[in-house]
Amino acid sequence: MSPEPPLISRGASAPQDADRSTVPPDGRPLAEQPKWRRDFPIDWPQDEYVSRRDLVKFICLTSVAFVVGQFWIVGKSLFGRREAALPALAIADVDELPIGGAKTFRYPEGSTPRLLVRTGAATFVAYDQQCTHLLCPIVPAHREGMGVAASERGLELHCPCHNGWFDLETGRPLAGPPRRPLPRVSVEVRGSIVYATGVEEPAA
Amino acid sequence: MKHRPAFSDERAPGRRPPFVRAQRMTIVNGILLFVVLIVILQLWLLTATMNAYLGGDTGVVWPAALASLVCLGLNAGLLWYLYRLD
Repeated sequence: MSPEPPLISRGASAPQDADRSTVPPDGRPLAEQPKWRRDFPIDWPQDEYVSRRDLVKFICLTSVAFVVGQFWIVGKSLFGRREAALPALAIADVDELPIGGAKTFRYPEGSTPRLLVRTGAATFVAYDQQCTHLLCPIVPAHREGMGVAASERGLELHCPCHNGWFDLETGRPLAGPPRRPLPRVSVEVRGSIVYATGVEEPAA
Repeated sequence: MKHRPAFSDERAPGRRPPFVRAQRMTIVNGILLFVVLIVILQLWLLTATMNAYLGGDTGVVWPAALASLVCLGLNAGLLWYLYRLD
């Protein structure tokens, strides 16, 4: 049985087989190395190889963490939107608003402001009052432009901060910077009272 | 640390000779590069998915999660290959 070759390169007497020899990180012979390195010689190239391999292993653990994060988002999308049904809340009298008139309210209590708009004799729509662009408050308004006078165009929802426009019937963005529809509040007319009955998250 | 001879007569006939140290170092560096690139891709996927989800777009959530899982599979395969070198 042949003896194992030395792990440390000893200058001119180093073995020719590069895979069986090792050299300190600075490349100098062992005699010129500090005492601690001479006292505890290790296989430095192998040490570097194992260090790189461990780095790959830890990066793979990071990869696992990213996958966990992705599936956490999946879980949130599956189960996070299930909210308890909100109780109906009286928010206005029918006669309180003229057609085209609007009123702000909070539903549920403590929420961001909502906007109720009367669109007909017995029809109302309600949306979150915050623009989906940069959260400025929206107001009902008539839009001018494209050869149509403001009085000839139907009522729309206007964000005056950056001239954003939303469709009054659906809450979809029509013009300006907003790209997402307004969250809608379900309303019901019971007798002469308008009730808010729920909040609909906008579809993508 | 385990020292592996470069050329051993004890290997099975017909089997590929093991890589010498310099070759294994090159391989581990190459794999490290690939793994880092894949993890950066996963980071981008996670950021884009979170951005879309918070914007109300849930349609990309499942495809992004599956893509990230595929990336993890690639990384795991590369790591498995690396451990097989020894």
